Amino acid sequence: MSKGRFGQHGGQFVPETLMNAVEELLAAYEKYSHDEEFQKELQTLHETYTGRPSLLYYAEKMTKDLGGAKIYLKREDLNHTGSHKINNALGQVLLAKKMGKTRVIAETGAGQHGVATATAAALMGMECEIYMGEEDTERQALNVFRMELLGAKVHPVTSGTRTLKDAVNETMREWTNRVEDTHYVLGSVMGPHPFPTIVRDFQSIIGKEVRSQILKAEGKLPDLLIACVGGGSNAMGLFYEFLEEPSVKMIGCEAAGHGIDTDQHAATISKGTLGIFHGMKSYFCQDEYGQIAPVYSISAGLDYPGIGPEHANLHDSGRAQYVPVTDNEAVEAFEYLSRMEGIIPAIESSHAIAHARKIAPAMGKDQIIVINLSGRGDKDVAAIARYKGVQIYE
Amino acid sequence: MSRVADVFSKGKAFIPFITAGDPHLSVTEELIPAMAEAGADLIEIGIPFSDPVAEGIVIQEADARALLAGTTTDKIFESVKRIRMKTSVPLAFMTYLNPIFVYGSERFIKNAAECGIDALIVPDMPFEEKEELKPYCNQYGIDLISLIAPTSNERIRTIAAEAEGFVYCVSSMGVTGVRKEITTNLGDMISLVKETKNIPCAIGFGISTPEQAAEMSQYADGVIVGSAIVKLAARYGADCIEPICSYVREMKAAIS
Repeated sequence: MSKGRFGQHGGQFVPETLMNAVEELLAAYEKYSHDEEFQKELQTLHETYTGRPSLLYYAEKMTKDLGGAKIYLKREDLNHTGSHKINNALGQVLLAKKMGKTRVIAETGAGQHGVATATAAALMGMECEIYMGEEDTERQALNVFRMELLGAKVHPVTSGTRTLKDAVNETMREWTNRVEDTHYVLGSVMGPHPFPTIVRDFQSIIGKEVRSQILKAEGKLPDLLIACVGGGSNAMGLFYEFLEEPSVKMIGCEAAGHGIDTDQHAATISKGTLGIFHGMKSYFCQDEYGQIAPVYSISAGLDYPGIGPEHANLHDSGRAQYVPVTDNEAVEAFEYLSRMEGIIPAIESSHAIAHARKIAPAMGKDQIIVINLSGRGDKDVAAIARYKGVQIYE
Repeated sequence: MSRVADVFSKGKAFIPFITAGDPHLSVTEELIPAMAEAGADLIEIGIPFSDPVAEGIVIQEADARALLAGTTTDKIFESVKRIRMKTSVPLAFMTYLNPIFVYGSERFIKNAAECGIDALIVPDMPFEEKEELKPYCNQYGIDLISLIAPTSNERIRTIAAEAEGFVYCVSSMGVTGVRKEITTNLGDMISLVKETKNIPCAIGFGISTPEQAAEMSQYADGVIVGSAIVKLAARYGADCIEPICSYVREMKAAIS
């Protein structure tokens, strides 16, 4: 029987070689997700190592400038390692350790998940190898060195389009080579069951904190949640807590690159079709023969041709809405937030900021938007300079 | 007994794999009947996929070459129809679930059956997910081949009980590709299958030399070779037919 479905999406589409590994992971997760000791250990790490809870910041200047809804930023950029990715990496590496694994492997796009995994591995004394598309190792060179500093071995992936999708392919291949002592720390709410559930659960701390923080600040729930979506982990982490709250609307922002009317985008919901790839049934950018399309975004972290199965289902049911945001809009938002609030957002998160700028002015002043500021933008400064034609050296 | 299972009734079977359209479908159309002549008992035709996660670098590159040459699923169906006029050798398609699903699972399997395909091997569709294709395979008379791996352990009985055609025994962990040594206890794996069901077993992944093929044929009813053949296609391009056929003859002799 197929397991791990979200409506028609999800499932466990992996080679037989990996089936026992995903089953073993599922059994371990079912045990430890209900284990008080494990939860306490993880909670302590969140508080003493990551710096949680992350702030929920009222962006007063941005709110006044846009003249509509009150805007709050969930400051995942303030976490240790600079993004929400650490929430999942600590959870999974701790789980792997409990399972008796001694080595972790992971894919990375922008490098945020790779850095988070390398960090958790260093902390917990695990061997760590990271697979990163060669193109991404070039546009995020600093993160490569960062991972190496943390003791990880970084493998540039030269197959296919040399980006995130190919890094996932290569990490899955490596996992089939060595499952006995190795856990694959998948970085988003994607892949075969139980990964979409595990990653969502580890990220759901974002939404849980937002609930108590906004109730304390405003005495009511937000009207709208906005987050960027590649695979969709920071969005799922924010949305999950509020799925049963019909008054809370949700918008995921996908990367439209040069525009969804060009072939240079990564807008899976806007332009993709149903498929089965990377272990899951979901929507993918692909051709009529099921060949996965090369995708493009200025943001290496959103440059992925698929989307997590739970998001695909939220789209089908209409519970969440997904909108495309272009490179240009994201870069403008990157600069806007830097100047307006003195916060340099990751180029991924800038996609969410960009959409808020479009819709906040038309909303009432009594309404509340929470934007997930999933990461900080330091890693993107050189790339944005290049985008604007300024040559600087990292 | 299906045409596929019947392959194994005449002694040990040699099962070569090639990627359709590498370097071009016109070559594939000549190569398959020639391999059958040279002693291939069943031929696996790979439908190229952009992201073949179970493949090593040799078959990844073959898929990329074939796609670059303009190979599509529809063109492959047309080629197989022409191949069927030249040879009656049993044929299996090997491809990933996405090209089948996106084409339309029923449409794909119906077309495959109509152009003379006997079996289907889908490496990223485990036992738990086979309902995606099984009903259509039953309806149109195509054997859906099950795979077992060195890590399958207690899953082997469950998989074997519902297997048809033959069981594809993955010799080693990892992806496809030539290996110097195969260390898995294949004898035990195959005994477990045979205890559950009387069905032929063929070993694949990592086999390239006649010596390895001879050794593997002690345990199994057939030997599958992919990367070693695809390497010849990469090396000789459009002139690959003779070198591949002489390799097929050598391998077939080694297991006979």
